Amino acid sequence: MKKDIILAGVGGQGILTIATILGHAALNRGWQLKQAEVHGMSQRGGDVQSHLRLSDKDIHSDLITMGDADMILSVEPMEALRYLPYLAADGWIITNSKPFVNIPNYPNPEDVYTEISKTTNHLLFDADQIAKDIKATRSMNIVVLGAAIKHLGFSEQEIADSISAIFSRKGEAIVEANLKALKAGIALS
Amino acid sequence: MEKLMLLGDEALAQGALDAGISGFYGYPGTPSTEIIEYVQRSKQAITDKVHRTWSSNEKTAMESALGMSYTGKRAMVTMKHVGLNVAADPFMNSAMTGAHGGLLITVADDPSMHSSQNEQDSRFYGRFAMIPVLEPSNQQECYDMAFYGFELSEKYHIPVMIRLTTRLSHSRSGVVRRNSLPQKPCNKPEDIFQFMLLPAVARKKYKNLINLQERFVEESTQSPFNEYYLDAKDYSKGLITTGLAYNYLREVYGDAPIPYPVLKICQYPLPASKIHELYNKCESLYFFEEGMPIVEEQIKGLGFSGMKPIHGRLDGTLDRDGELNPNKVAKALGLPSKYGKDVPEIVAGRPPALCVGCPHADSYLALNEAIKEYGRGHVFSDIGCYTLGFMPPYNAINSCVDMGASITMAKGAADSGHFPAIAVIGDSTFTHSGMTGLMDCIYDKSNVVIVILDNSTTGMTGGQDYTAFGRLEEICLGLGVEKDHIRTFFPFVKNHEEMIRIYKEEIAYEGVSVIIPRRECVQTLKKKNKREA
Repeated sequence: MKKDIILAGVGGQGILTIATILGHAALNRGWQLKQAEVHGMSQRGGDVQSHLRLSDKDIHSDLITMGDADMILSVEPMEALRYLPYLAADGWIITNSKPFVNIPNYPNPEDVYTEISKTTNHLLFDADQIAKDIKATRSMNIVVLGAAIKHLGFSEQEIADSISAIFSRKGEAIVEANLKALKAGIALS
Repeated sequence: MEKLMLLGDEALAQGALDAGISGFYGYPGTPSTEIIEYVQRSKQAITDKVHRTWSSNEKTAMESALGMSYTGKRAMVTMKHVGLNVAADPFMNSAMTGAHGGLLITVADDPSMHSSQNEQDSRFYGRFAMIPVLEPSNQQECYDMAFYGFELSEKYHIPVMIRLTTRLSHSRSGVVRRNSLPQKPCNKPEDIFQFMLLPAVARKKYKNLINLQERFVEESTQSPFNEYYLDAKDYSKGLITTGLAYNYLREVYGDAPIPYPVLKICQYPLPASKIHELYNKCESLYFFEEGMPIVEEQIKGLGFSGMKPIHGRLDGTLDRDGELNPNKVAKALGLPSKYGKDVPEIVAGRPPALCVGCPHADSYLALNEAIKEYGRGHVFSDIGCYTLGFMPPYNAINSCVDMGASITMAKGAADSGHFPAIAVIGDSTFTHSGMTGLMDCIYDKSNVVIVILDNSTTGMTGGQDYTAFGRLEEICLGLGVEKDHIRTFFPFVKNHEEMIRIYKEEIAYEGVSVIIPRRECVQTLKKKNKREA
């Protein structure tokens, strides 16, 4: 079993938290993990990505091979498209539909959605709105994660355990908000 | 033993801690910053009183680490690749003095320039200084090489370079720890000449360094980190990988065995005999190096006639620049290259930008207004977040070369009559390399305006302390700037007119002016508020 996931977004949107949770769950299974992150200048409001590789066997490369990714998991719709060269033919795009507009030439969101829907397997939803509806505004990234876990072969329990472990030191309220966001995300898949 | 999930940077830091290091020295720089940040968070480092505060720059850090090595203790200096240019003087000479306590010089290179001005390859410096270089291929090797590197350093009384690259520095994976070793006792070097590079002594020491080269090659040849797979099915190609390029090669073949003989090189100087063996066995050689083609060049030399074909970055088999990846390696070997779909044309670039509310933005908008009448081309800048002031909507600066160059380039321009000549430099960058340039300006009474953007942190690398924090005015005064021409303001929209006035007044003054816009970085402020909440 191997899962190659491109996590995408804009600096500060919380993709590394998604990576940490998935990584934690994979380790609980006794799997191997490699996770290439972006630090430095690009984090200042630029596009960021993380290559997350999970496997029950040894992993060699820190980078995912183009055309091999099982999933592009994105917290921003245009950013999901930036990594299409990495996506396998039967891979999934799972992405928040809420644009993050910090550039003057951001494309028409409808055109972005059209491009995303050209991919055979895709899931597009307004994770910002969903998070707001369940009063967990800051857990948008966990909604996105929730929508993905079925396709990555993780159970709700596994991910919930990891969320509890990772957020426990931030207090019960934050754990609860994230678990609610997880459920809301799972309901989308 | 316990398994940790660590970045390559962190694995090296943990390895050094477990190997009984007494001090880390360094200046922040992507992708090396996380080494010392990790140590600063480490309970083990705090309990064991391991030195872990930041230095003013890479040169002072290198010298401090050398001083700690002088006392017999294990030390490490960390920096990014261009930081080694700053530390080059003590670095080159440390190869001559050698080490007493184990000394590791860790340099993190940034091929593809994710967050750098160039992609220079520190292995050239290692070869230049004639010291052993270790180049880990994965996180576990980062950890293990700290132990190994200290032993090698102490065995030959020589500093050892550890060369990291971005993809390893910033990638996380499982690392198995070993039992930790105690720190070394503090004792003086036995040889009173060791650190004394007077010419007569230095000549002897240089001969000694030359004589050691053969031993270093033997060490590389037997190194547990260099692996030689010389038996294979197919000898039409012989493959040589350096550092983490080996992982990409393995990735390309997946579960299948690699059909060609392979040398995995992670320790230098090169194990020449093994390369000879490979050359003799194979019809052609392929080089996969993360960085510049330093090994390929050494083997290919001038490419005499009759030589077997050698492929790599020099003949276009691989791109001449940029980091490697599995796709590039597959293509070079003539394997089918995988690819998803093209990026749709509508996808717009999203370059990094100054944060919303950044104090630098207000400083720039006022500066633009103040110098509007002179047109573009008057602002020399430097290395930091504020370099993003080059981008629209600011279009505020005209140069970014190296740490501290803003002040001295403005000086040179002023010397030739360019007016106004303005330097924009960050508070941490000023501490790193701005003060000496300012002294030059004062000595010559150059007509410059030096703007020290004080956001009270080293912002670009994520908010580290710096040594001159809170003392910028005192320092400028002490260096000789006139009191009336050290001006400060609070960069904020509602102070726009005041800022323009101050800029204009100091431009009008013929001499050295320093203007210090001071407001805390919004990122560090956010972090601070979160911590207090």
